[in-house]
Amino acid sequence: MISIKNVSKWYGDFHVLNDCSTEVTKGEVVVVCGPSGSGKSTLIKCVNGLEGFQKGQIVVDGASVGDKKTNLSKLRSRVGMVFQHFELFPHLSVMQNLTIAQCRVLKRGQGEAAEKALKLLEVVGLKAHAQKFPAQLSGGQQQRVAIARALAMDPIAMLFDEPTSALDPEMIKEVLDVMVNLAQAGMTMMVVTHEMGFAREVANRVIFMDNGQIVEDRPKVDFFRTPGTDRAQQFLSKILSHSAQA
Amino acid sequence: MYSLDWSSIPGAIPYLWEGMIRTLEITAVAVIAGMLIGTILAVCRLSRNVALSTLAAAYVTCFRSVPLVMVLLWFYLLVPDLVKRIVGNPSLDIRLLSAFVAFSLFEASYYAEIIRAGIQSVSKGQVSAGLALGMTSGETMRLIILPQAFRRMIPLLLTQAIILFQDTSLVYVMGLADFFGVAYNTGNRDGTLVELILFAGFVYLVICFVASTLVRNLQKKIA
Repeated sequence: MISIKNVSKWYGDFHVLNDCSTEVTKGEVVVVCGPSGSGKSTLIKCVNGLEGFQKGQIVVDGASVGDKKTNLSKLRSRVGMVFQHFELFPHLSVMQNLTIAQCRVLKRGQGEAAEKALKLLEVVGLKAHAQKFPAQLSGGQQQRVAIARALAMDPIAMLFDEPTSALDPEMIKEVLDVMVNLAQAGMTMMVVTHEMGFAREVANRVIFMDNGQIVEDRPKVDFFRTPGTDRAQQFLSKILSHSAQA
Repeated sequence: MYSLDWSSIPGAIPYLWEGMIRTLEITAVAVIAGMLIGTILAVCRLSRNVALSTLAAAYVTCFRSVPLVMVLLWFYLLVPDLVKRIVGNPSLDIRLLSAFVAFSLFEASYYAEIIRAGIQSVSKGQVSAGLALGMTSGETMRLIILPQAFRRMIPLLLTQAIILFQDTSLVYVMGLADFFGVAYNTGNRDGTLVELILFAGFVYLVICFVASTLVRNLQKKIA
């Protein structure tokens, strides 16, 4: 479904991504973790072409992202993305946030789009808030709307870029619950997150990045039992002891 | 001491009113056309296309670097002559049209800068969100970025319109009878120039004061 081969990216002299290769197959949930600045967000943004890269190849469902001939808009319309800061459109109601791209990009009729939107708002538990504006919702609610907005496009895969890092602790669970349900329903997901609980619960594989490199890419069980590198070991012990305290 | 004589004003009211209509006409045309052209300039200036952004930047810099009254004079002296040479109709009076065009082009350079700042004040994440949903960059700009940018810019855009309303008085160099022009001519004719200009100044003051107050209230409501 998503194949990343030898991808490298530089910001000037800074090597953000260094020869990254991995694969996400259909129905798989892959968690990407690592210290900040390790390139994990950049990597996930390369998958739908929000960030360019200079070397290597990324293929999503048969379409090459780096290829100039690829219709990037079309590709992006098929890959959902959820952002750290939600990025709902503040000038539009929740309903309009969910329908605008359906109508514009998928050319669905207003009625069909609204029906789809309501169905998904119900899935994320926010049907009653359809007519509100994003600013009237809590962070957790906004992020759930953002997930519904991405799902409204009937994506073949979902990308999550630190979906819970901007949330207050008491709101993290409501967002993770939605993501767990999505994973269990068979959605193909690539998730940048520090939520190791989420990884333990639903991930098939865990990728650990450091300094722009994929250091580990292993099945979840292996990763948590015996991290192969000191760097991953240190990282895990840091965030796990931290969450144990919390 | 100079004794003021207001007697010529009541009789001149109908002409002054006509002048005011003309003033408002020029203001309205320049605000609308200036904002349209200004939006295009702002988008070009922020474009990744170097040729487009350079052209837009050059346009804005040029128009902001010359006095408005000179732009008006160029249009008054050069454009009608040019049009006459092309159309070959010597009796054609295009002064009003010249004024519309001159003000629109000039204001566009000021609106462009306001709108550019407005666009840049919308977070980059909003662009990413639009693109990630499969919208083209054009759709993202039109449906996501500009509506948010304009909402934030409304007070600035209106303030610019108030300044423009006052600046329209400069059309007197083209011999156009706007509100100020009518007041000036009437005063000149009746020998009551001081009174007429005082009166005209008072009218500008009242209108602009009321408009500014409304804008300020609106600003509070938005913020």
